[in-house]
Amino acid sequence: MTTAPVATGVRRVSLRDAAGAAGGRRPPSPGRRRPEGATASEVGRARRKAVGIGLGFLAPAAAFYLLFVILPWLHSIQISFYDWDGVGEGTWAGLRNYAKVFSEPALVDALTNAVGFILFYTVVPVLLGLILAQIIAARRRRGEGVLRTILFLPQILPLVAVGTVFRYLYGQDGPINQVLTWIGLGGAKRAWLGDFSTAYVAVGIVGTWVTTGLCTVLMLAGIQKIDPELYEAARLDGAGKAAEFRYITAPGLRREVVVASMITMVSALASFDVVYATTMGGPGSVTMVPGVMIYQLVFMANRVGVACALATVLSAFTLCLVAALNRLGRER
Amino acid sequence: MSGGGGGRAPRAGVGLRRRRRRAGRDVFGTLILAVAAVTVLVPFAAVFLAAIQPTDTLVPTLSWPKEPHWENFAEAWTSARFGALMRSSAVIALGVVPIAGLCATLAGYALAVLKLPASGLLFALFVAGLALPYEAIVIPLYFDLKPFGILNTYWAVILPLVGAFMPFGIAWMRAHFQSIPVSISEAAQIDGAGPLATFFRVMLPTARPALTTLGLLYFLWAWNQFLLALILIRDPARRTAPTGLGTFVQQYGQNVPLLCAGTLLIITPVVLLFLFFQRHFISGLLQGAVK
Repeated sequence: MTTAPVATGVRRVSLRDAAGAAGGRRPPSPGRRRPEGATASEVGRARRKAVGIGLGFLAPAAAFYLLFVILPWLHSIQISFYDWDGVGEGTWAGLRNYAKVFSEPALVDALTNAVGFILFYTVVPVLLGLILAQIIAARRRRGEGVLRTILFLPQILPLVAVGTVFRYLYGQDGPINQVLTWIGLGGAKRAWLGDFSTAYVAVGIVGTWVTTGLCTVLMLAGIQKIDPELYEAARLDGAGKAAEFRYITAPGLRREVVVASMITMVSALASFDVVYATTMGGPGSVTMVPGVMIYQLVFMANRVGVACALATVLSAFTLCLVAALNRLGRER
Repeated sequence: MSGGGGGRAPRAGVGLRRRRRRAGRDVFGTLILAVAAVTVLVPFAAVFLAAIQPTDTLVPTLSWPKEPHWENFAEAWTSARFGALMRSSAVIALGVVPIAGLCATLAGYALAVLKLPASGLLFALFVAGLALPYEAIVIPLYFDLKPFGILNTYWAVILPLVGAFMPFGIAWMRAHFQSIPVSISEAAQIDGAGPLATFFRVMLPTARPALTTLGLLYFLWAWNQFLLALILIRDPARRTAPTGLGTFVQQYGQNVPLLCAGTLLIITPVVLLFLFFQRHFISGLLQGAVK
């Protein structure tokens, strides 16, 4: 469909309609109305010029996107079918690298851990966000702005810094264990990130800490868009708080919930920074995630083909998940 | 929602009971919000307290030191090289923002206003990139950029980031230009302005607020970028603030006061930007997501 601009008027219209159908609403075209006195060929020339300018405008962005995103991505998929140590010639491996991704314990752990992080990055924050947003919206008092600022803050921090902070908090002699000792629970003290039974949850909680504010602010904006008259009407009909939530708030926030899930799931699946700064995937591979695994496969094990297969599985899974959620958000 | 109901006049007893229940709910709500806010802030307080302890402290406690060691920040800046790290991050972010902002504006305008064949399909191809993890592109970038000699230079991160930032920026700027009434550009054309003049003189000035938001978000994301910077700049002299912190934590994790001081240093620029321009950040991240 990206062929050169077509000369005949008929084809041009049909092309434009096809594009409009694919892209959804577009404003009525300014060029469609013919300025008085202009002949058909003049209009055609002007429109071709506009298309030329349009392609010129698009070119730099398309070039960057193509060269540094699309081509590397395709190259990564290509490498995933080879045995390659990153230096010499690769040898064709077929689907062997993919078989390893789904059978080698550390690689399987990386994928399942990332999927499991969705609980901490998405499910819990969205629920917390719903509750917090309800409370904030019900009050409409002073302090809403300050609260929003504070809750949103983790969202803008470099995640490595967040990881570093929590690495300190969770440490053997860190603040959390100090507080436990003070309140007489010294027996529960442990190296939270080094313990096989707690490391995964400890890292997951960092994700919850980061994304809850975003979810809350998103839900709050959604709640404030819901027509207050709906609540008035429900109250007149004798609906309780639970019914209000079930029939007005929850359906009204559907889009916000989908959007929050989409953003936070993408960051759960790509949770590299926090794990790098806190555990490096350990102990064992309890907190291993694809990002760290890929890093180790490329720079320590020289198994570039396997790393690319893992990256390809991760990106395919992420893209499918986002596409599915996107569809869910559109349906009414 | 609990603010309504004042108009009705229930019997006094019922009203009192209801008011009391409402007050109870208010206190409970306030408590929950306070806990949420404290949960966000306490880690910073703990890190701050650790940062001003003497640097030979092995186990910083949650208390104000006898003498706050403010010089830890200076030491982190110079001897732990956080100043140099932040300079790298600034160079990269300030390189990315204008290039990516310009490309995204032009492309967003092209897809929103100019009549391109298959613009819907093109837009879909760009937007798909929003869901692509950096993990999927970083390995080939490492091997493919090597022969061009830009690996280990700032360009190794700037150029891929500009590409990776196109999906959001194009969607953002396209949405802005679509929100401008067609009659405005039509009026310009009737006045004899060509497509270029219409863009530069009429449409571009309307984009200022949208561009400010985009620039701030680009700066934030470029400053915070970790994976690409870690792998594509392996030269310690050019490390960025996040990757510097990441390696520092692996190597000198025991020097907690210095580590905490460094952490606070590298988050300061983005926190300040956020506090000054929070409306831009919040609306950008929320609306950008919803659109």
